[in-house]
Amino acid sequence: MAGIPHDHYEPTTGGEKWLHKRLPIVGLLYDTLTIPTPKNLNWMWIWGIVLTFCLVMQIVTGIVLAMHYTPHVDLAFASVEHITRNVNGGYMLRYLHANGASLFFIAVYLHIFRGLYYGSYKAPREVTWIIGMLIYLAMMGTAFMGYVLPWGQMSFWGATVITGLFGAIPGIGESIQTWLLGGPAVDNATLNRFFSLHYLLPFVIAALVAIHIWAFHTTGNNNPTGVEVRRTSKAEAEKDTLPFWPYFVMKDLFALAVIMVIFFAIVGFMPNYLGNPDNYIEANPLATPAHIVPEWYFLPFYAILRAFTADVWVVQLTSFVTFGIVDAKFFGVLAMFGAIAVMALAPWLDTSSVRSGRYRPMFKMWFLLLCIDFMVLMWVGARPAEFPYDWISLIASAYWFAYFLVILPLLGVIEKPQATPATIEEDFKSHYADPNPAE
Amino acid sequence: MFRKIAISAVSALVLGAGAAMAAGAEAHVEDVAFSFEGPFGKFDEHQLQRGLQVYTEVCAACHGMKFVPIRSLADAGGPHLPEDQVRAYAAQFDVFDAELGDTRPGKPTDHFPQSGLEGAPDLSLMAKARAGFHGPAGTGINQFIKGIGGPEYIYSVISHYEENPECAPDGIDGFYYNTAFAAGGVPDSCKDEHGLSTIAGSWIAMPPPLSDGQVEYADGHDNDVHHMAEDVSAFLMWAAEPKMMARKQAGFTAVIFLTILSVLLYLTNKRIWSAVKGPKKNHN
Repeated sequence: MAGIPHDHYEPTTGGEKWLHKRLPIVGLLYDTLTIPTPKNLNWMWIWGIVLTFCLVMQIVTGIVLAMHYTPHVDLAFASVEHITRNVNGGYMLRYLHANGASLFFIAVYLHIFRGLYYGSYKAPREVTWIIGMLIYLAMMGTAFMGYVLPWGQMSFWGATVITGLFGAIPGIGESIQTWLLGGPAVDNATLNRFFSLHYLLPFVIAALVAIHIWAFHTTGNNNPTGVEVRRTSKAEAEKDTLPFWPYFVMKDLFALAVIMVIFFAIVGFMPNYLGNPDNYIEANPLATPAHIVPEWYFLPFYAILRAFTADVWVVQLTSFVTFGIVDAKFFGVLAMFGAIAVMALAPWLDTSSVRSGRYRPMFKMWFLLLCIDFMVLMWVGARPAEFPYDWISLIASAYWFAYFLVILPLLGVIEKPQATPATIEEDFKSHYADPNPAE
Repeated sequence: MFRKIAISAVSALVLGAGAAMAAGAEAHVEDVAFSFEGPFGKFDEHQLQRGLQVYTEVCAACHGMKFVPIRSLADAGGPHLPEDQVRAYAAQFDVFDAELGDTRPGKPTDHFPQSGLEGAPDLSLMAKARAGFHGPAGTGINQFIKGIGGPEYIYSVISHYEENPECAPDGIDGFYYNTAFAAGGVPDSCKDEHGLSTIAGSWIAMPPPLSDGQVEYADGHDNDVHHMAEDVSAFLMWAAEPKMMARKQAGFTAVIFLTILSVLLYLTNKRIWSAVKGPKKNHN
């Protein structure tokens, strides 16, 4: 791969040379595994491995679950019970898969916020960032459709509410909604297509992950200083980097093992903590639950969706300007997708010349506020839409947009960043003693 | 700084997630110390057998458990009844067999019958379909500490019937006042000016199912309402989560092995890096 100068794979034996001429696959694997990696990466750089592991775990457990699951409105709920009660190890498979989704999202949020803090989205890594956002969107689609499959009350009503969002699109909304559902309401056709797509999308994610890795292997990893690896010569690059194998593979595996201890403790001892009790009631189109609450990982954006009600002046103004085409419901949908869109546009909204937040004193405070804002949105998304939660969600939603659309562009102009280290080597040496002082 | 944010974010995520379980009106759910709580908690075989007796003699009059196979009564980690007792238990039901086109005595491979009374919910998953504990303020901290509280909820509902409160001495016709049941109706006279209920619980359609001494336990155990409610709640937890003990065992084994693996990987990682990374310097 292009980028940082390093040793390439040289086939030595006759067999290796034979294969290399026809398909340089060993070389590709070698280059991928030994890629020069900034030696100062901290523990926030482990989430990529955790995410890759999650994807593999979800696909493996999911494939086995699919062998025992029946995508039919009369049988789906019972087939999930069959899995937990009768299939060998089925209770573990199901809880691993359900809680695996939560681990997946915890990891992806930490991964995204790592990128936001250290400026990993900035040039030349915009494509990596955009691909990452597409992965995140595909993950949300997959998780949403997967949650419908057990056909519990929250599955059914969550699907009804979320697909109803598409119905808010002016003019064509209802047609789109009917097309998505395969009928006028959530029913067997919906369950069947969601099962099909829930099986398909993870492989789309896997392909996007390969491109994501390809992209950042082309530009090289970002690192906590945001200073690029020197790449004028191999010798210089080697002062800033260490090969991915074994240094970072072992580090990441250690982190993964620790996370697995916590994960298996949750799966083993409290597997339903992150779920909603209502989903242990079979779906009933005639009985609406008192509170329809999405899974925790959707709550921040669900809060933004609900924040913009018809009595908010921005909504009224938009409705007036667009002659009522953009009503409160559609505004909420636009806000929800817009919240992700502004995050995806961060590479072009951040005007600062310094990449890493470590050297940006003002940015640090605003970023901390963004993290708190995200947690507040998550909390308020599960609260009833009434005073004072309506106000809290409105303020928190406003800050989310303000951070990306106002604060990030302005900070680059008004903030005076601190000096960054000249090289990664300098940063590394300032933190760690030389292990071989005699040399 | 980022590390601090990350740590607090993770803990807040884990704790905040229970927010999804927060529900509306106030109700009083008692925290019962069940034997199966916590990572090392186990079902008490004898309690499950007593609970089965309460279920069979009382609950089953109206409720069903259509997802639970009768044969699982013989499973270790459950009521663990002898095979012949399970066969005898199954035989008391008349099961419609589509192949025969007629009814026949039940077999262990059949499931428990479904609810016989319309409106009486199926109890197979009741212990997981209700949350006894909420909040505070939708943060999920209570569920993290006490558990979600499904069996506690069942215990409280079936044992917390009370006289109609002062605000509604006549109650609601055909319903019964229950301080643990939040999902029912409340007369207007028991609401404040904002329409919020001023009393704990609400009115439930189910008449008080238990009275002291109602079930004569085979093992001679105490049979007041409190004990019967506890036993049947434990039994329903088993019905909802029959593999709980196997699951905890698997979780425990995984945690032990992964902890050892973590230590080994920590040492390996430290050793690999020792050639390129010295001790951390003390400065900011």
